[in-house]
Order: sequence, then C-alpha cells, then structure tokens
Amino acid sequence: MKRPTVTIDGNEAAAHVAHRINEVCAIYPITPSSNMGEHADEWSARGQRNIWGTVPTVVEMQSEGGASGAVHGALQTGALTTTFTASQGLLLMIPNMFKIAGELTSTVFHVSARTVATHALSIFGDHSDVMATRSTGFGLWASGSIQEIMDFALISQAASLEARVPFVHFFDGFRSSHEVQKIEALTDDDMRAMIDDELVRAHRARAMTPDHPVLRGTAQNPDVFFQCRETINPFYLAAPGIVQRAMDRFAKIVGRQYHLFDYVGHPEAERVIVLMGTGAEVAHEAVEHMVKRGEKVGLIKVRLFRPFSVGAFVGALPKTTKIIGALDRTKEPGSAGEPLYQDIITALAETQLNGSAPRVVSGRYGLSSKEFTPAMVKSVFDNLAQSTPKNHFTVGIHEDVTNSSLEWDPTFDTEGEGVVRSMFYGLGADGTVGANKNSIKIIGETTDNFAQGYFVYDSKKAGSITVSHLRFGPNPIRSSYLINQANFIGCHQFVFLEKYDMLRNAVPGAVFLLNSPHPLEETWDKMPRRVQEQILEKRLKFYVIDAYEVAKATGMGARINTIMQTCFFAISGILPRDEAIAKIKDAIQKTYGAKGEEIVRKNFAAVDGTLANLHEVSLEGLTASSDIEMPPPVSPQAPAFVREVLGEIIAGRGDDIPVSRFPVDGTFPTATCRWEKRNIALEIPVWDPDVCIQCAKCSIVCPHAAIRLKIFDESALAGAPPTFRATDARGREFAGKKAALQVAPEDCTGCGVCVHICPAKNKQETRLKAINMAPQLPLREPERENWEFFLQIPDLPRSELKINTVKGSQLCQPLFEFSGACSGCGETPYVMLLTQLFGDRAIISNATGCSSIYGGNLPTTPYAQNSEGRGPTWSNSLFEDNAEFGMGFRLTLDKQAEHAAELIEALRAEIGDALADAILGADQSTEGGIAEQRGRVAQLRAKCESIGSPEAKNLASIADSLVKKSVWIVGGDGWAYDIGYGGLDHVLASGRDVNVLVLDTEVYSNTGGQCSKATPRGAVAKFAAAGRPAAKKDLGLMAMTYGNVYVAQVALGSNDAQTVKAFVEAEAWPGPSIIVAYCHCIAHGINMTTGLDTQRAAVQSGHWPLYRFNPALAHQGKSPLTLDSKAPSIPYRDYAYMQTRFKMLTKSKPERAKRLLEEASADAAARWRLYEHLAAMPVAPAQEESDA
Amino acid sequence: MPDLKTEYLGLSLKNPLVASSSPLTEDVGALRRMEDAGLAAVVLHSLFEEQISAERGTLEQDLAKGTESFAEALSYFPELDEYVLGGEEYLELIRAAKESVGIPIIGSLNGTTRGGWLDYAKMIEDAGADALELNIYRIPTDPNRSGADVEQGYVDLVKSVRGAIKIPLAIKLGLHFSSIPNMAKRLAEAGANGLVLFNRFYQPDIDLESLEVVSNLVPSTRQELRQRLHWIAVLCGRVEADLALTGGVRTSEDVIKAMMVGARVAMTTCGLLERGIGHATEVISGISAWMEENEYDSVQQMQGSMSQRSVADPASYERANYLKVLRTPHPEFPLA
Repeated sequence: MKRPTVTIDGNEAAAHVAHRINEVCAIYPITPSSNMGEHADEWSARGQRNIWGTVPTVVEMQSEGGASGAVHGALQTGALTTTFTASQGLLLMIPNMFKIAGELTSTVFHVSARTVATHALSIFGDHSDVMATRSTGFGLWASGSIQEIMDFALISQAASLEARVPFVHFFDGFRSSHEVQKIEALTDDDMRAMIDDELVRAHRARAMTPDHPVLRGTAQNPDVFFQCRETINPFYLAAPGIVQRAMDRFAKIVGRQYHLFDYVGHPEAERVIVLMGTGAEVAHEAVEHMVKRGEKVGLIKVRLFRPFSVGAFVGALPKTTKIIGALDRTKEPGSAGEPLYQDIITALAETQLNGSAPRVVSGRYGLSSKEFTPAMVKSVFDNLAQSTPKNHFTVGIHEDVTNSSLEWDPTFDTEGEGVVRSMFYGLGADGTVGANKNSIKIIGETTDNFAQGYFVYDSKKAGSITVSHLRFGPNPIRSSYLINQANFIGCHQFVFLEKYDMLRNAVPGAVFLLNSPHPLEETWDKMPRRVQEQILEKRLKFYVIDAYEVAKATGMGARINTIMQTCFFAISGILPRDEAIAKIKDAIQKTYGAKGEEIVRKNFAAVDGTLANLHEVSLEGLTASSDIEMPPPVSPQAPAFVREVLGEIIAGRGDDIPVSRFPVDGTFPTATCRWEKRNIALEIPVWDPDVCIQCAKCSIVCPHAAIRLKIFDESALAGAPPTFRATDARGREFAGKKAALQVAPEDCTGCGVCVHICPAKNKQETRLKAINMAPQLPLREPERENWEFFLQIPDLPRSELKINTVKGSQLCQPLFEFSGACSGCGETPYVMLLTQLFGDRAIISNATGCSSIYGGNLPTTPYAQNSEGRGPTWSNSLFEDNAEFGMGFRLTLDKQAEHAAELIEALRAEIGDALADAILGADQSTEGGIAEQRGRVAQLRAKCESIGSPEAKNLASIADSLVKKSVWIVGGDGWAYDIGYGGLDHVLASGRDVNVLVLDTEVYSNTGGQCSKATPRGAVAKFAAAGRPAAKKDLGLMAMTYGNVYVAQVALGSNDAQTVKAFVEAEAWPGPSIIVAYCHCIAHGINMTTGLDTQRAAVQSGHWPLYRFNPALAHQGKSPLTLDSKAPSIPYRDYAYMQTRFKMLTKSKPERAKRLLEEASADAAARWRLYEHLAAMPVAPAQEESDA
Repeated sequence: MPDLKTEYLGLSLKNPLVASSSPLTEDVGALRRMEDAGLAAVVLHSLFEEQISAERGTLEQDLAKGTESFAEALSYFPELDEYVLGGEEYLELIRAAKESVGIPIIGSLNGTTRGGWLDYAKMIEDAGADALELNIYRIPTDPNRSGADVEQGYVDLVKSVRGAIKIPLAIKLGLHFSSIPNMAKRLAEAGANGLVLFNRFYQPDIDLESLEVVSNLVPSTRQELRQRLHWIAVLCGRVEADLALTGGVRTSEDVIKAMMVGARVAMTTCGLLERGIGHATEVISGISAWMEENEYDSVQQMQGSMSQRSVADPASYERANYLKVLRTPHPEFPLA
C-alpha cells in the first residue's frame, strides 16, 4: 500500500500516532515536548477523531505531577491514555510511574528527552531524564529518526497493551523532536491493524467500576509486600518477546523491520559501539562509511533499553566482536559507569559462562544536545583500536581536567555525494525559519529527494538570530548533526557579516547569497575583509539582492522570507524555476490563505518582484581590499573571564572552550551583560533637554535599563565629551545641580517604549517629545563615548533620595540591565525597579520561565553591581519550588541573624556595649539606617578579627546577616498560579519576611503561550483555542484572606507612582508580601511599543484594579485595602480588542467571543464591586500590642 | 389613512423613514427591532476599505509576531483553521439580516481608492443585500491634486463598482464640491441609482491636556438638516437619481420637509441613538397625522413639491435668498 509522505518534525510524528490511538491526553507544557500536546489539542479542537471514531480529550494540568496523576486516574478507569513530557516534567511523574507500572497498566509516555537541570538548566537534549526513571518499572524505548518516532509510537502502544508493561517512548529533545524530515506517514489502517481491540477491551475490563468493584492502592506490611512485588516478574520476562513480535507484525504490515537491538556494520566486526537515539543514526552513517573503507566496525542500535533482553543483545553482537564501546548520552556522577555500559557489562557477565566476553569501555557524548558527528564516532572506534583504550571517556568536548576526552578530526566527512547542504542566517523577525520550513516541505513533497531541516535559535528574545540547516539528497539522511560543510550559504542580514564567520562553513565553489541594503556596486566595499578573502579564496558564487527594497515595494515590511526563499530556489536549481515559483505560491496560499487575501497577494508580489533584483556578482577583478575588520565579541577592557569564556560563547565558539575554564559548581559572575554590545537597535532615543521635564517616566518603563537619568554637581561635567548633553536639574531639592538623560546606544533595543510614554511635547511642534527616535548608526560612536562618561558620574547618595517616588527610584542605579528579554518587554521594568530600590541587598529566587531565561541564560548576566561591588545575588532552582527555595533564603538569614545576635551577647565584653547595642537595636527602616548598620558590621568584623577566638571567627562569618537583606521570590503566572501555587500559598502562610513578585503575563510566555489559570476569560491561548471559558484566578484576593500578607496589584503603564509605592511598602512589611504585576507580553499579540497602553486600558476597564492591601493599616485601625484605581471607565471590549489574543476569537468564533466578552465584562464589574465593598468594610479597633 | 409608500433605488418602501448607517445596525437583534418600529429599510454600518485591508494584512502579522525566534516559543497562538475576517463578518451579518427581517437591507462600503476591497461590492450583492450604498470621501491634503482630479477619481470608482454589481447603487457624498449639481449629474451618469446627501464627518478636536488630536461623535444638528434640504431642493428633477436625505433628521416634520424638497427617503441615526429605536414609530405616526391633518393623500404627492423647480420663487434657493436673510433684522445679531 502506498502511504503518504509527510515532512514533519519528531514531535508531530509522535503526536500523529498518539492522538489517533488514545482517548485521553493529560499534559503540561515543557520544552521541547510542548508541541506534542499542542498538536493533540489543536487536532481535538478541530474534531479530528481517533481510530475508534471519537475525538480524544486533551487536558492541560497544573504541573506534570498533576498530569501524571490524571493519566493514572484515566488509566485506572479504563481510558487509553497518554502524556507528553520531558526533563523535570518526567521527574515529577516518577511517583505515578511507579504506581502505573506497579499496577501493570498499559500506556506509553512520549518523551522528547531533555537534560535534567543540575549545575544549570538546559532545554536541550540528552537521556538524563529517561535514565532517572529506570527503576519505575516503565520500559524504555528509544527512537533515532523521525520515521522511527512515528513507527515506535505505534509499536510501543501495541506491545504495552499486550505486555501490560508501560513504556516511555523517547527521542532526543532539540534534535529529533525539532528536526524536520520527509517520512512515510502511518495510516489509520496501519494503526487499526497493529492495535488489537481485544487487548483494548481487556484494558477496559481491568478498569475500576462500581459495577464490578475492586480496590487498588492498598497499604501492605512486611509480611506480604515483597511477595506481591515479585508477582509481576512473568510480565517483565515476557515483555521483550512481545515487543519483538509487535515489531515483526509491524514489519508485515508496513514493511520496516525493527529488532530489540539492530546491528549495522561489518558482519565480522571486531570493534562495535552500542548506543541509542539520534546518536545511533549518526553512527550508522559513520559505520557505513568506514566499512566501505574496509574497517571491521559495527554498531548496535538499542531500541528497547528496558526491559533489557540479555539474550537479544548478545545475539545481535557479531561473534567476532573483540571490544565494545558503550556510549551513554547521560552522566551519573559517582557511578561505576553510565546505565547502558552497566547493563552491557551485566549482560556479558551473565553470559560469560558460555565463553569469553569482549572487553567493554564506556563513554559519554552529546550532553545537552552537544554535537555528535561522524568524526566523533570515528574517534571512538580509533580509541577502541588502542591497546589500552580510554575507559569512561568523553567525546565532543575538550575535557582537560581529568583528561577523559577523545580527540577527533573535524575534517572527517561521511556525507555522501549529491547531498545539497544549505545554511541560512536570519533574524527571528524576518521569517527565515518559516520560509525554510516551507522550502523543505516543497522539496520533500514535490521531488523524490529526501529532505531534512534543523533550526538553531538564539537564547536572546530580542534581535535573535536563527540559523537554518537544510539537507536534500537522493538517499535517506541520517546526518543528525549541524552542517559544517555547506554548499549554499544565505546571509539574510548584512550586519551578520561583522558578527559571525559564516563562510568558514562554505565548501570551495559554494553559493553565497547576501541580502544587502547597499547599492550593488557598493556592496563589495561594505563587506569586512575576512568575508571578501573567503569569497575569493573559495571562489564562491556570489549573489546579492536588496530584499528589503523588494519587501518595501511589495508591502512586506521587514518580512523578507519569501524573497530570500525565491532566491534560493532560483539559484540552487533544485526545481525548475517556474515550477519552484508555482510551488512557493502554493505554499504561500496554504500558509496564509485563511488569514486573508491581502497577505497572500503581498507575498505573491514579493515572489514576482524578486528575480529582477537578484544579481550574480562577478569576482573578476575584485580584491580583498576592505578595511572593515570583524570586531572582537567583547571589549578588550572586559575582565579576563568575560573575554576568554563569555566572549567566546558570544562569538559562537563555546564548543571549543575546554572544561578547565569553567566554574566547577555553576557559579558565574554577575554584571556581564554590559560587555555584550549587541547593537540591535535601528533607531534609538535622542534627548532634547529643552523639552524634558525630568519626570523619569522614560527610565522607569525602559525594559532594558538603557535610558537613565542622573543628577549631579556641575563639576562632574569636567571633561565631558563634546556632544554630551546636560541641563539644569528641575525640582527644588536639586537646585543648583545639573541633570542628564543618557541612552546606552549599543544596548538599547530600539523598542520605542520610552518615547511612547514621554509626556513632554515640543511646544512648537507637538509631534516631537523630550526624546525622539533617530537612526542608531550615526549616533553609535558619539553616544558610546557619552554613555561611558555618564556611567562614571557619581550617583546621588541613596539616603538623599525619595526612593518611594518615581523620580527618586530612577535616580538609583539599575542593577539589572541589558537583558535578553523581548524588545519592549512588560516584565523587565519591574525587575529593574526591584534592583534599583533594593538591589544592593537583594537575594533573588527566580522560578524557571522568561525571567529566568533573560535573567540567567548564558553567555551574559543582566544582574549588575554597584560601585561598591554590591548587587543582587540570584538563583533559579526549579519551576515548581520557587517560593520554597526563596523561603529557604529567609530561613538562613533569620537563623544567622539570630545566631549572630547570640554570639554578640556572648562576646559583649570584648565587643563593647556601645557597638553591641547599636547593632542589635539598629533601625534599618531607611537607606541611611542600613548604611549605618553596614558601617557597624564592618567595625564588628574588625573587632572579631582582633578578638581572634573561634566564636569571634564564627561571628565574623555570619555578621553580614545583621544588615537587612531583602528576599525576593520572582516568577511568572505559570509558576505562581499553577505549578508553584501550593508552595507559594504555604510560604505566604508562613509569616516569614519574603517578598513575592508575580510577573503576570496571563499566559505561559516562555514556552509559547499556553493557557494558565491567570489567562482571562475569552483570551485565546494554546489549550484554550476557543477562548478560555473560565475567569482568571484572583491570586491577590486569595492572598488577602490570610490578613497578615501585604498584597498589591500594580500596572506600571497605568500608575507608576503606585507601583513604586507598592514595592517600597511590600519590602518594608516585616512579613510575607506579594505584588502581582500586570505585564504586557508578545504572547498577547500586541505592538510592544505601545504595550503600556494595554496596561492602562486593563486598569480603566476594570480588568486589573490597582490596590494595596497593607496589614500595617489594619494594626492602625484603618482598612488595610486601598483602591488605587477608579471604577471601570471604559468598556471591557476597548481593552480586550487592543490585543490579538482576544480579537482573534472574534475572527474564529464570533458568537462565542461575544458571549465570553460579556461574561468577562461582568467579571470585571463584579470584581470591582467586591473590592469596593472590602475597602469600605469597617475595621476592628486597633489592638494593643500586648493583645497580639 | 394617507399612503406613506415611496420608491427608493427601485425598492418599494412602506414609508420614507430609513435607518442610516450607524453602529446600531451592527446587530441582528437591533435590526429586528427597527423593523418592528416601522422603519422601511436599513442601511448597514459601513465596511471600511481600511478595515478590509488592515484585517487581511495584519492578522497574519499579529499572529506571527515573535514566532520562530526563540527555541522554547516557536509560536504564541494555536493554529486555527478558519478565520472570519472583517469583510466576511460583514457578509455574515447581511445573510443573517436577510434571514431575520423582511425590510430591505442596504449594504454600505466606505473607501476612496480602487483596490482589492472593492471585491466586497460583489460579495455584498451575493450575500443578499437589496442595494449597496458606496460612501466615498476623503479629505484631500495634497496641494498638487486638483479638484477635477479628485472628482474624476470618484466617477471612476462609481463606474467600476457599477460594472461589478447588478443591485441598485447609491452614492453617499460629502458636500465639499465646487459644483454639487455637476458632481451629482456625473455620478448618476456613471451609474449611481441614488445619491445620499450628505455624509457627516467627525471633525477632529484637540485635547489640551495631552496635546493630541482626538475625534469623537458629535450628534447632527438642525443646521445640517437645512443644508441638506437646500441641496436636495436644488437637485430634485435635475439629476437622474433618487435622492436620499441623511443628517439632522429627528422628527416627523424633518421627514416631511425632506419629502417636500424632493427626497425619496429620509435617513435617521441620531434620533434613534438619542431616543431609542422605538422613536421611529412616533416619527412615522407623526408623518401620517400631519398628512391627514393637512389633507395629503400620499408621500409621493409631496415629494418634490417644494423643490427649487416647484417653488414659486426659485431664487429663494440661490444667492438672492442669502441677501434676503442678511437684510432681515435679527434681534440676536443686530446688523448695526
């Protein structure tokens, strides 16, 4: 039977099957598995049925723990049930996995295997998560290619139903989960043939039902537990055989034959490596190449790792095997060896009775998606050929501490002839990846070629670069590694020429396509010399187009994707030109058709306008004459670690950094973003001192701390650069001083939020404000110098500032700057404000999410330090435990302060009463008080040193805890409302002095817009495609019920003064505090420049009332609740329909949109009435202290 | 009972009161209430050129914002199969209106350029509209563009729409033409079956606090009614098109005056917005009562009876009338 071919990624391949052969999916989003659940949800939303004719139910839970509980329950009541997860998510499922397996329940969990966070989080792939589930009783089943993912998703389910052993079906996260390949799609008939309905009915027959009641989940005692646990043995013994029979049945139906262990290579191989996942595909390519060259090497691909079939493994090994290399994609510190190695050793030891076993050595590769190439495979074989091969080696890194690593020859190339290898460097915003995904589909589905695409993204969210790797060829492509020998390189952004050495990947004679904004004849001279040299040395075919001009002429704006795609097809000749253009247009129609004809028409025009503007540049007579050099990634003035480690990462050479250069425990310096000059803004704000009223609103809303106000004595202007601007400071308290507003030209992202919020207008020309956007390039040099000068101007002493005002807060140095957040981010201004107010004594616990990514993703760190070297100290533990982690900080600080006080009392005689009393009785409620206490603690430390006793030394080591510290627990709504709510609730109830900042974007932003319980009614999000039907959870109100928790709801865009006040009050309240901050977000589908307008409208519409609930007021006999905004004054729709998340429902389900909008309006009105009532409630008379 | 029937754009209407294009006509429920209140026809709210172009162009842009840039968030919204874009929503309203009410439904398109949006004229016809009102007006701001050029643009637009549809076509005009009669004649020749006089433009205001230009809805005034009565009186019998009066109509007297100067229908919005849809019932019964009292048999009898061509002193609609007014002493504005 001819099956359709599809060009899809691994996540879709898994979901394609899982959705069709299950009835219930309970999931929770986690990278890189989220897409599987999202596909399933979209398909169910469209009414796509499973093979039994019913639409599977897809539910999003509050955590993976919750998802696995729901899966367990659904299985127990007889539904065919699955889930999709990875990494920490899989770990949260472990308790239920023990239960599910212990109860012999048939199910398959599809896992895009991802690194488990250790010294650092990583979203990339290895097997540390699945290996952590080895003892649960789940079988572990590995897929290597996209085709295998689809095939094994089906075979594993069929086998699980028969064996009653549940399986984790895993594949490599951020390799095969996201690699696009042309594969054969399994049909519903295939699935019906593989899944035995008798077994499905047997599964249902085992379900709990009051009609045939049973009891599961007993508690057992030592007398019987052990025996009961051993009852399952026959099932595990039978499972490998059942799996093999399912594989055999699949082969008969579909034609692809798999085995528990598949051998590839020389029939008389002496050196054999064993591995699983995509690494096995790479090894397959390398082994074939080496065998052709006459080497006796082989490979065993592990399909079913657990239950491990000793017999099948030994049977798969060639009898000639002398040495085995066991390659694990995980690390188990302190073990005798990684899991696969240990199982192989055991297997061979158990069969040694029958003869001598081959030697086995162990190696680790590919942690966190580290590249694993045929060259590395070869180095493993070379190691096996040594008389004393390295054991417990690593490959793919330079491990120069214990010298475990193998060297490899990067020029070793196994890719066959006829493979077109293309790389495209684009910006996220220019649509390059989308167009390349279309190109793969076009080629995959139009020609007989096999096709593969893989996409590398930035860890920055603003100005992010993407690199697309596309392969096409007549043979199946097993090259699950990045292209480094390209015969087509497209540079879609001219500025990349100075930043990335793209052409090092070009083979001689390759094509180089450049999008140049310069006239054709000037382009060559505008290129860096290194690029010119490579073009000439490698005799590249050089093509130039001004894609922006074509885009502008055809109304495409910054989207140059279809233009560059047309160029690729025109030059590469993969398809006849006319056919290619017709196919591109088909793809455009398919992609955009539903979203309106206008966008289709513009794309068509762009395609048609491309070829006339595409020019081949003759190299005749050209020389490498440019004086433009590629600048170093960071300033030569940067500290050595920044230059030698972080700078290398910035330059894209992180893979080359040896182990010895890294910290051993994941500790990195702060204040390093300042060295990474990204220069991504096309325009930056320029200050007009004559118009400026020095309100500092621009500064407080800047998401990147790139525009700052300083007030200083005139003397500080000595030596100012000629273009540095300053003016008389405004305000009585600053009389006689000067003021300057300065932009960091190379750190600004050009979002324009500051200009949008600026309230001061030029009286002659009202279109001009006190700051106005102007092109960055001409300003870069002078403003760089001005910025450097500005930085060295001393700040006013904090004790002289009214930090509870907008202007006062903005005269404090931001200790969070230049993060990689989205341009115009709605979260980061709050984080910056936190650091301005309390950063020099802040300790921050950060939930995983956007704020942990822009806060802590390498290479550089936005948390900064003041001139005294003080600044926020920051850590991310997990997603779910953030509140508890932060509370741990407070427990330490309180304990140490208590113990320090005890030691002071013990050493009072030596320390002296005056100092001891001053320290113990210090008032630290003001900036001045804190500064004085720091002075006293310094004296105390000096005293301790002179005392010299062990007690004094102990006191010195904890003396800093006597200076007030500010504990902040920061995270998004996904954490606070969903996965971390239980912990948050407990921490708020603890009475401890912690401050919680909830950056509420009302959606899971970091993982791509999944619905949370903060998502408002009527908003569209993933898992709420028809608009969220339920009202947003009122987190603030829930916190208020404790009575002793300070609660504030703020929106900077509506009332910045209230925001500042709330931060200051929250920090001052000596118990738990929570601030829920409205954050506009790119996931709302808004113009980020005007995001603050949506904040204002949120408040005006009653969606987001501003308030402060201060328990301190209750102690004074006043109402603790102060409403800081007015009753709703604009219709809810005026707020909602500023945003695509609401508006798109009116385009997809107009009637439902109308109903949900009415309900949401009613929610807002009801909430306001409730708050008004609460604020007006009479308060019990103030109680005497002694009553408390 | 006097006969209130009238003919407009070839449609037989039970009386001359028509609901003009306004936000009130966006909802099928409101359309039903209009029919119940006795309104003879409804002009739906306008589908704007900008709305069509923007929605066609920006939805994809809005949905694509930030996508394919960051590994963990390759998209931010679920992929939906179908979107009902601005234009389609409008067509759906026409279909629903035609199923729900028996009175004629007149679609309304608003724009000035020739482009893809004009396809909607045909789609409005296909959706079942009984006629189309094309609203063409834009403030000319380019000093190099002549009045003749602007006018020719309008004529060309009318021709292209006329060529695309078979249902009757009315053109809603602004009053800023050097020669309204000439413009009216040219539009009629280009294929307009009716002329709706006049369009109202929401003039911008200035917010002194924010120094921003703001626009808001200002209700029509009786002064505006007079302008319209004046020009319909002038055009009546001079152009081959049905005339409709819109702007400032609130009472039965206003409708009667409109009929007398030559309008086939009088359109109202502000009256309904201010006093509710039920007000239409009072207006219609008021017309009837006045006609009975003054012994008019039919609306058609009155139509044009006070047009420039029918009055005893045609100069009263020209400059002579202006002089007369100025020379009449007025207590509030003493000439001295």
